[in-house]
Amino acid sequence: MMDTVVVPLLKIAVLLNAVLVAVTFLVLMERKVIAWAQSRLGPMRVGPYGILQAIADPIKLILKEDITPARADKYVFTLAPIMSLVPALVVFSVVPFGPDPFYYVSDINVGLLFVISVTSIGVYGIILGGWASNSKYPLLASLRASAQLISYEIAVTMTLVSVILTTGTLSLVGIVEAQREGGLWFAFVQPVALMLVFIGGLAETNRAPFDLPEAETELTGGFHTEYSGMRFSLFFLAEYANMIVISAVVVIMFFGGWLAPFPNVPALSFLGLVPAWIWFIGKIFLFLYVFIWIRATLPRYRYDQLMGLGWKVLIPIAIGNLVVTGILKVAL
Amino acid sequence: MAEAIVFWTLAVLILGLGIMVISARSAVHSVLFLVVNFLLVAVLYVMLNAEFVAVIQVLVYAGGIVVLYLFVVMLVSLKKAPERYADPRRVAWTGTLLAGAVLLEVVAIVVASSGGGEPAATEGALGAADTPFAECGAGPLVSCNTEQLGWVLYTSYLIPFEVASMLLLVAMIGAIVLAKRHL
Amino acid sequence: MLEITPLHYSLLSAALFMIGVIGVLVRRNVIIIFMSIELILNAVNINLIALSDQLQDLAGQVFVVFVIAVAAAEAAVGLGIIIAFYRNKETVNIDEIQIMRW
Repeated sequence: MMDTVVVPLLKIAVLLNAVLVAVTFLVLMERKVIAWAQSRLGPMRVGPYGILQAIADPIKLILKEDITPARADKYVFTLAPIMSLVPALVVFSVVPFGPDPFYYVSDINVGLLFVISVTSIGVYGIILGGWASNSKYPLLASLRASAQLISYEIAVTMTLVSVILTTGTLSLVGIVEAQREGGLWFAFVQPVALMLVFIGGLAETNRAPFDLPEAETELTGGFHTEYSGMRFSLFFLAEYANMIVISAVVVIMFFGGWLAPFPNVPALSFLGLVPAWIWFIGKIFLFLYVFIWIRATLPRYRYDQLMGLGWKVLIPIAIGNLVVTGILKVAL
Repeated sequence: MAEAIVFWTLAVLILGLGIMVISARSAVHSVLFLVVNFLLVAVLYVMLNAEFVAVIQVLVYAGGIVVLYLFVVMLVSLKKAPERYADPRRVAWTGTLLAGAVLLEVVAIVVASSGGGEPAATEGALGAADTPFAECGAGPLVSCNTEQLGWVLYTSYLIPFEVASMLLLVAMIGAIVLAKRHL
Repeated sequence: MLEITPLHYSLLSAALFMIGVIGVLVRRNVIIIFMSIELILNAVNINLIALSDQLQDLAGQVFVVFVIAVAAAEAAVGLGIIIAFYRNKETVNIDEIQIMRW
């Protein structure tokens, strides 16, 4: 009873809270990093260096009036933000933060497929949010967003298959263990796959330079134009939670999860003194920083260029990468 | 006991959602009920030790096919509700009656062939020599269903598998040809 | 009641199958008819998986994989036809789809 019910429930509670708190600080981090990139200070008023802004923002969002548009489909309108947030949080149930079973909720045989399939459920929130608003800009934006999400998902999934081919397992723990046994992160084994997954991840989370669905200049804010207050903040949470998910997947697949850099080099063994979960979370935040950095640097794609990039560049490269990996696997 | 509770809950929800799918007024609501229905069926598959198929169900059905339905429902934004015009020759109650007859027949077949409800304890009776549930090492939480399924799919069922991939290719080309205005 | 046998799964499958058949026969919206067909396919899949578990034979699960592949193909082509039809006739009511050419 203790081991099968209470402990997992406690872990889930801690994990959910940690993710949601991490998201609020991620928003602060984004504002700060972009401010520094533009030679500004960013939020400075609330607390020392504006750190308490991470608490002030959610309070503001909760206290705001929550409006449902008059002609909107009420139930679907309420359901859509939930449908986009829940899958993003469910994914964390299989993310391993460390080597022992203590550091993850569950390690399932089909872990990676589970991650892919659960994140693919997140599309519904976007499509339904746009549709239920009963307003033309959100509808256009949601069609754009979902088309983008689905097409980049193909490229990302294809690429992940080539990584699975090298590990021979779908379990996320198994994938990290394979990197420890190989003594080499897959970033060095599969550099092309890393690039594809990272670009695809940017597009799947609707981040700049692929943030067309939220293009303020064309679509007045995207599929959540009609949302306000708490329901808007659920969409917001979902977007940032998805960023963390993509970073976690990239770190697990290509940067050795909880492993210290170069685990098999004896000269670097002092790096193992740092606890595994700190390595994992540190790597995730490094990637989140790169996400924000890219947003501060690159201009937005045009929509047809974006779809062209997905279908005519990324997917062919992904298939090519898969074929080459398969041939090498058989030949070696 | 736990299995019974989960099964009955799932059964009630799956059937209830199925009824909602065919009775909802708005097609978008129908699609939503369909998604939840598919997710619950996936849970049923996990109960039956078919983890890989469960995940594929979520990935392909809930994450792919139903999204396609949702797209079409939204593209086909109707000026008049499609249910307004009924063919005068249409007799809806015959449909329900026919379906009821089909159900009776299916139930009769099921009950008759299962020996009056006794679980047919046929351990490895049908073609089990070809595709056994091999014992797996002490793996993670679940059995290594995925590896076995992959093995069977790429050995005994290789040709059907290739034919299925061909079918998907043909369907893709067909869908593009049908949906594109000008080629 | 408390012991779940494959018979229970088969009966669930039969009931879901019937719901799908009613949907196909009664509804007039082509898209909903398609969804009912998906329900029917799912009912069949439940049966296959339950018997695969009972007989300890993976063939059932392999068949489900094929059924899902065929369902994907069917959805793609079928919805393509619906879109093409809607473009010409501005309706998805099956009772108005009654002429062979237009």
